Amino acid sequence: MPDAIRRSRSETAGRILIYGTLVLFAVYFLVPLFVMVITSVKNMDEIRTGTLIALPQQPTLEPWLKAWGYATIGVTNEGIRGFFWNSIRMVIPAVLFSTLIGAVNGYVLSKWRFRGSDTFFAMLLLGCFIPFQVVLLPMARTLGFLGLSESIWGLVLVHTVYGLAFTTLFFRNYYVAVPSELVNAARIDGAGFFRIFWKIMLPVSTPIFMVTIIWQTTQIWNDFLFGVCFSTGETQPVTVALNNLVNTSSSVKEYNVDMAAAIIAALPTLFVYFVAGKYFVRGLTAGAVKG
Amino acid sequence: MASLVIDNVTKAFGRVQVLKGIDIAVDAGEFLVLVGPSGCGKSTLLNLIAGLESITTGEIRMGDRVVNNIPPKDRDIAMVFQSYALYPNMNVRRNLSFGLETRKVPRAEIENRIQRVAEILQIENLLERKPSQLSGGQRQRVAMGRAIAREPLIFLFDEPLSNLDAKLRVEMRTEIKKLHQRLGTTIVYVTHDQIEAMTLADRIAIMKDGIVQQFDTPDGVYANPANLFVAGFIGSPAMNFIPVSLSRENGHLVAPLVTADGRRFTVPVPADTGALAPEREIIMGIRPENITDFQEGMQSWAHIAALECGVNVVEPTGPDTLVYTEVNQTQIVCRLCPDAAPKAGDTIRLAFDTTKPLFFEPGTGNRIEG
Ligand SMILES: Nc1ncnc2c1ncn2[C@@H]1O[C@H](COP(=O)(O)OP(=O)(O)OP(=O)(O)O)[C@@H](O)[C@H]1O
Ligand SMILES: [Mg+2]
Repeated sequence: MPDAIRRSRSETAGRILIYGTLVLFAVYFLVPLFVMVITSVKNMDEIRTGTLIALPQQPTLEPWLKAWGYATIGVTNEGIRGFFWNSIRMVIPAVLFSTLIGAVNGYVLSKWRFRGSDTFFAMLLLGCFIPFQVVLLPMARTLGFLGLSESIWGLVLVHTVYGLAFTTLFFRNYYVAVPSELVNAARIDGAGFFRIFWKIMLPVSTPIFMVTIIWQTTQIWNDFLFGVCFSTGETQPVTVALNNLVNTSSSVKEYNVDMAAAIIAALPTLFVYFVAGKYFVRGLTAGAVKG
Repeated sequence: MASLVIDNVTKAFGRVQVLKGIDIAVDAGEFLVLVGPSGCGKSTLLNLIAGLESITTGEIRMGDRVVNNIPPKDRDIAMVFQSYALYPNMNVRRNLSFGLETRKVPRAEIENRIQRVAEILQIENLLERKPSQLSGGQRQRVAMGRAIAREPLIFLFDEPLSNLDAKLRVEMRTEIKKLHQRLGTTIVYVTHDQIEAMTLADRIAIMKDGIVQQFDTPDGVYANPANLFVAGFIGSPAMNFIPVSLSRENGHLVAPLVTADGRRFTVPVPADTGALAPEREIIMGIRPENITDFQEGMQSWAHIAALECGVNVVEPTGPDTLVYTEVNQTQIVCRLCPDAAPKAGDTIRLAFDTTKPLFFEPGTGNRIEG
């Protein structure tokens, strides 16, 4: 009896330690968000007079409206609205193209091996480790050559190409675990390359599609460097606009507008995570369980 | 239905030679079994026949068509895989119809065939289920159904029963045999189970290390194994191999056998040839059922030699009792009638059928024919 009690006591202590640590980390991540949210609904007077974590006395949505609709960014006075849509118009095609091409690449590299396909895959993997900065100049030349400089489609191309290394890796590793006998059975059943892809591989690919889409959406939406290098003025993505907003506030720093804009810029990735997050975890572990 | 000829086929993966000159020919409608230990190249050969892998050298013919460069879908074959390879996202009906749809078989005909196949295999009530909702045996049936629905020239089976439990395996084995009798289609069947091979085959190709050791009927490989490997592979319990040193006694060439307690007797050897000569060390093979209990009256049978020896181990199997003893310092197993079964430690009189021993070269393992 005393033994059992002692053990359960030490267990409890362990639990407290674990949960304590977790809570600490949660607070560490959530406090800045909390400060951002409350700051974004205070007016400037309250910000000047109150403390950082004081709750707003007279909550107002005005900073949000201004950030969205009429804040001054660079030479325009239209808020981050236009840039937000720029990002959406960039992210959707870039995610779709990089994911689909990655899926086909992974399918080929796992199920239609050819002489040198392993070398090809190894080289592609190297792409995951190339820092952004290295590709900036060659990419600028390429975009100029293609006539896509300073355009959203230029950014789509950059992100698609840069994302391929990752998406191919994801799909290849997932498809390696799909039995090759399935593909052979379909080949004997008379199905060709694309029919097998559509009818056999795609239907079992939902988890890895979720993982890839979340990964790519987050990466591309949050990218700053490519945005700032390969776009100007009205084609800039929201991350660049946010930076400009914070830097161009003329006389007074409007922290509430800055915070509201920052939250708006972060909303889509949060949204994607909440909607598809459970697939993300499931997809990441799916391959491991199958072995 | 089509005949199948495999003509001096080799297959190399990079520098690894997996198949080293395979020659096999079967008539239309025959049941060919490829059997051999793991890694001997059975699946590789089957994949070559299917067209899933390319042939390095040699030729494969189906009917009078050389198929070397014909893709799998145009070879008119159907295959059942070891893992069944059912399409996980499709229900049973779609699994059966997938290959037919790809081939543009008319809808009504597809329905007909599914109905017929479902009846043959008794899977009518499973048609709307997904593969994940089926038991192992049901999956196996569906996999066979998918092949049958295609009505191919040749069926290819790659260890279709190896994932089933022992009882179901025996049942399905019989069903496959019935199916073959009913459909009459040429079948190539891969297994590493020699009993499956013996029970199913019209002809067996026994493979080892990428070489066909023997290609013959089941009776042929059993009664006339070409070498030590085949002799030991086919039959359960396996053939006894006893090292003997030939000698000449009373003008006849004999193989002397000495039991553990020193009793000696001799087995006549058919003829003097170069290989079968006095002083030669060779291996004598004798199947367990050819050393059996000594019965009343056998004294007068010329071909029976009596053999007194001590019993080491007794294993009843039901219909027979296996008795282990020792001759020439080698453990051998004999198959006795359960009524005559001794106990371990007894000394027993055994009847050794002297017409049955086979002789093999110790080095190469090749059969020495008298
Ligand atoms: N794609 C490949 N690349 C290289 N070697 C291979 C390949 N496929 C098979 N092999 C080799 O060829 C040999 C024969 O393989 P195979 O699968 O035909 O054996 P098997 O007789 O079917 O064995 P099992 O009874 O275990 O299925 C093995 O040694 C295997 O390692
Ligand atoms: Mg195999």
